[in-house]
Amino acid sequence: MWWTLGLVLLIIKLTIVISVLFGFAAYMVLVERKLLGRFQIRYGPNRVGPFGLLQPLADGLKLIIKEDFVPRSADRLVFLTAPAVVAAVPLVIAAVIPFAADFTIGGTRIPMVITDLNIGMLFVLALASLAVYGVALGGWASNSKYSLLGAIRGSAQLISYELSMGLSLVPVVMIAGSFSLVDIVNAQARLPFILVQPVSFIIFLISAMAESNRIPFDLPESENELIGGFHTEYSGMRFGLFFVGEYVSMIVLGALTTVFFLGGWRGPLLPSLFWFLFKTMLIPLFFIWTRATLPRLRYDQLMHLGWKFLLPVALINIVVTGGVMLLMGW
Amino acid sequence: MISLRIIFYVLSVVILTATAMAITRKNLVHAVLYLIQSFFATAILFYLLGAPLLAALEVIIYAGAIMVLFLFIIMTLIAGETQAGHGRRQWIFPGILGVVSILAAFFLIFEAPGTQTMVAPAMVRPLVFGEYIFSKYWLPVEIVSLLLFVALAGALYLGRYKSGGQVETEVEQ
Repeated sequence: MWWTLGLVLLIIKLTIVISVLFGFAAYMVLVERKLLGRFQIRYGPNRVGPFGLLQPLADGLKLIIKEDFVPRSADRLVFLTAPAVVAAVPLVIAAVIPFAADFTIGGTRIPMVITDLNIGMLFVLALASLAVYGVALGGWASNSKYSLLGAIRGSAQLISYELSMGLSLVPVVMIAGSFSLVDIVNAQARLPFILVQPVSFIIFLISAMAESNRIPFDLPESENELIGGFHTEYSGMRFGLFFVGEYVSMIVLGALTTVFFLGGWRGPLLPSLFWFLFKTMLIPLFFIWTRATLPRLRYDQLMHLGWKFLLPVALINIVVTGGVMLLMGW
Repeated sequence: MISLRIIFYVLSVVILTATAMAITRKNLVHAVLYLIQSFFATAILFYLLGAPLLAALEVIIYAGAIMVLFLFIIMTLIAGETQAGHGRRQWIFPGILGVVSILAAFFLIFEAPGTQTMVAPAMVRPLVFGEYIFSKYWLPVEIVSLLLFVALAGALYLGRYKSGGQVETEVEQ
């Protein structure tokens, strides 16, 4: 009985989380196009439906009915599965993110998270490190010079920034005393970690931007030199999957930033779910704003920023945090 | 508990098959993909045996970092299938070593004391694991990290710029 109820509950939670993620991802594309339009003093898409609200549906339909083309010299199986890796990784990460306060129904507490792993943060890092395979294999399997260059750039970039991302989270774990994302949110009951660990927050945000392959870090797909990079040879919905993956991962990174630094679902007055969604959306909006503001980095600048600035700062931050915790007898 | 046992054997078959495929593929990228597959299954095996931390580290370090570097090198240096095939004679020596290892493993399983009793299933929390390894085995941990540091310094030395601003190109020659 309880077992079945748990399973039903799990399936309900999974359905809600996945559909919300896809829905938000689709409308994030519209929001991005609208905002970019405004940043560049033009309107953005406004023809399909009122205020262009049906644009994501039109785009999706277009991608689905387009031809799904596989180049003759491509490594067929790897080529076909690479976009799925990119799209699946952020969805699986979402499983450990607590998205609201525990919900009590008839005396039973229902935790508002799909699964509370005691290695939650490591699970996130492990999966984030797998996202690179989608880019690397997609580019390699296309068997084209541009795609391969994009793939190589992508894997080098993701490895570099993964490291500083992981290290920027070490102080968070030190203070919260747990890898579990639920415990990390609970540890921020008094103060969100952005006030305790501003340096970590900035490093994490920059690394997250690099991980999501967006301007100013979009070297793996830079249009003017690599004509699209790792997804040059992709078409139709497989191309669409790369995009879905990118936007879902933007939202998931926003949710992770919220959980690690902005106090998770905690907030005054309004319901916890609202606060969670509100904080989560701030990060993708910030990414879009950055995209409209900054030019693309040069490749050596990208590597210098990652290895010679972010990494040492993250290490020093860990040492300082450890020292302060030791002095204060935490 | 029978379901856990089934999962164990399924995982073992996956690991062995994937590893066997990895050493027999001629396309190196495919070989790397099979190896990643075996690391994944190993991670799940660790989780099954009650070591979630090791499972996560297996994926982060092996599947997420080392294999990406493998892939990176293969993609940059070697395009497509290698011309040099696996000669029959190449298999003899590794084959002997493999048989010896398997025999040693069987000997251990059947002869060593304490292997007849089942180990009670337990879940190790990351905190406990960390405390254990840093209180009991801190010296080996430090030695390993020193070793990695030396490797890092060596890589830096090899890849450094000469005074003329040119990267050393001995590898290419």
